[in-house]
Amino acid sequence: MYDFTPLIDSITHFLNETFSPFWAGAISMVLLGVVLLIVYAIVGLYLVYAERKICARMQNRLGPNRVGPMGLFQTIADLIKLLLKELIFIRNADGFLFNIAPFIVIIASIMAIGSIPFAKGLQAVDLNIGVLYILAISSMGVIGILIAGWASNSKYSVIGAMRSGAQVISYELSVGLALLCIITYAGSMQLSEIIASQQDGWWIFKGHIPALIAFVVYIIAGTAETNRGPFDLAEAESELTAGFHTEYSGIKFAFFFLAEYMNMFIIAAIATTLFFGGWLPFHLFHWHGFNRIMDFIPPVFWFFGKTAFVIYLMMWFKWTFPRLRIDQLLTLEWKYLLPINLMNLILISFLTLMEWHF
Amino acid sequence: MEETIMDIELKDKEEYIVNMGPQHPSTHGVLRFETCLQGEKVKYLIPHCGYIHRGIEKMCEKLTYPQMIHLTDRMDYLSAHINNEAVALCVENAMQVEVSDRVKYIRTILAELTRVASHQLWWSAFGMDLGALTTFFYGLRDREKVLDIFEESTGSRLTQSFITPGGLMADVHPNFQKRVKEFIKYFRKKLPEYDELLTGNVIFHERTKGIGVMTKEDAIDYGVTGPSGRGSGFHCDIRNLAPYSAYPFVKFNEITFSEGDTYSRYLVRIKEMWESLNILEQLVDDIPQGQTMLELKAVKAPKGEFYQRVETARGELGVYIVSDGGPSPARIKFRTPNFSNLFVINKIAAGHKIADLVAISGSLDLVIPDIDR
Repeated sequence: MYDFTPLIDSITHFLNETFSPFWAGAISMVLLGVVLLIVYAIVGLYLVYAERKICARMQNRLGPNRVGPMGLFQTIADLIKLLLKELIFIRNADGFLFNIAPFIVIIASIMAIGSIPFAKGLQAVDLNIGVLYILAISSMGVIGILIAGWASNSKYSVIGAMRSGAQVISYELSVGLALLCIITYAGSMQLSEIIASQQDGWWIFKGHIPALIAFVVYIIAGTAETNRGPFDLAEAESELTAGFHTEYSGIKFAFFFLAEYMNMFIIAAIATTLFFGGWLPFHLFHWHGFNRIMDFIPPVFWFFGKTAFVIYLMMWFKWTFPRLRIDQLLTLEWKYLLPINLMNLILISFLTLMEWHF
Repeated sequence: MEETIMDIELKDKEEYIVNMGPQHPSTHGVLRFETCLQGEKVKYLIPHCGYIHRGIEKMCEKLTYPQMIHLTDRMDYLSAHINNEAVALCVENAMQVEVSDRVKYIRTILAELTRVASHQLWWSAFGMDLGALTTFFYGLRDREKVLDIFEESTGSRLTQSFITPGGLMADVHPNFQKRVKEFIKYFRKKLPEYDELLTGNVIFHERTKGIGVMTKEDAIDYGVTGPSGRGSGFHCDIRNLAPYSAYPFVKFNEITFSEGDTYSRYLVRIKEMWESLNILEQLVDDIPQGQTMLELKAVKAPKGEFYQRVETARGELGVYIVSDGGPSPARIKFRTPNFSNLFVINKIAAGHKIADLVAISGSLDLVIPDIDR
């Protein structure tokens, strides 16, 4: 009903008719880039706003409520402030690396956004190895964090960066294995096909208990991979002041800040796509009337609604749990999550082989 | 010239020095830990204090006893009433006068309210140290109720300067009794929330149990008093050992734990809040009538040396006055609890991770102006 494929096709058709193939390709790339950047900025800014409102709710506060109705423009005002702020350069820092680090972090998250399906046809690139691509690209962000920590020439930054490196490399395994469970069920790594396989029910419902376990592991490991509390050791405020971005100011700091929220969005979007049926509406078995009503809600709303739910879960963790220590963090991954995950994967392979899932 | 780690040559190439403070989120003020780290592990650390030294003891020599009160507020600003009381009691003992029962009751109620407010703030900040950011707002929400009571009766929220040699600056507000009763009822309901948010959390247990173990001997050696000492099984509650003001009239338990780790120091303070509510409940209903200020010709301590100790929210505060019979002391010395509590940190934090150092220093509940005076 809400298929974006004809729209995208007609735009491509128009470009190919009007321009030479080279220019058509170039213009479509620029268009895509601009659209993605706008989506990126809006989602990022409003995630910051959402976090401030949600944490305020949990802490008996009001949160931003002065700039615009209900403080809706607060984060935009903050962004303008950060843009206008002076960029402090550290004398003994490694200039080139120091400047390049925020860009690596933010480019990694922009590239990952490119292959997320927002609705049918509304996907920049539908790679046949979509899940692998997102995993590979989003873990590139840690290189930026490591460079930032090293180049700052500050002890707090180095400790933060080393923690972050150890953490992301460890939890990458759990994220990958948890996603592998669903890939085993769906039989494909292409995101559009994984969504198509959930037409008759989301994997979290029809995947039995193993899918639920995979989701729990994924959400824990995903929170850890985005360096958010209770796993925010890389920037542990009370120990390392601000960890790897202690020395950054102005818009460079904003890049790290925005990238953190966008990584959270990406983690939630993947969870939505793999476990909650992506942009598919919620259907109940034979309630045709109910199903028709659900179909009327546009898929973009379904996608963002489900993503918002997962993001809310992650924010809930952050504002209610104390922080773990580095050794406890690694123990949790290597001694608990990884064995559970491996057992789960074997179980799921068995279920898929016997075709015992719905 | 004080010795720093910089002077000691680092033998191991993997060791490095991190200065935590004087401006650092976890030191709660201008305190500096010169920390020698090996990776994440704390090899040893040297605390440096003195960044907020104001020479309170020297300034007191130029001030009369009632004027001195205002400086004592600025030592441990979270136990302002109790600091005032210490000086007042010391001077009253020296002059051999006794205040009315009404004054005693009100002083004790104010002291216990101060203790509750102080522990609330400590709980909030301790949660922050461990990365649980929501505790801060829960604690401050309830502390606000205590501060409102103070504001109504004393006109001030933090540095009240209300208890003075000879009695009180003024009588309490007519609402005082009602407000305190309301607070007891209110806080009895809210205290279980503290347990729900932090005490029962698995991550919290992992972070605090068995961390920073201080034995009873360590506590006695270093003179660690207050809840930090009692967490190690050191019976050091002055309210129990040498009761003053209205403490002889009330029944309460001295809370001690024998483990001596961060978790037991935490539990001592949580339990003390319950115990303080019990004390308040026993006192608030029958505040006797009487005058709130003795009619003294002049507040002058006779020639001699006098000592008085009280239990603040952080431990034993001693006031030692050497008087030559004049209106101000010839010499005065405050034995402040935080100064002694601070220096045990190298003993109990060495060998732990840097994150544990933050937890341990948080569990000692340091107030920096009290260390430096």
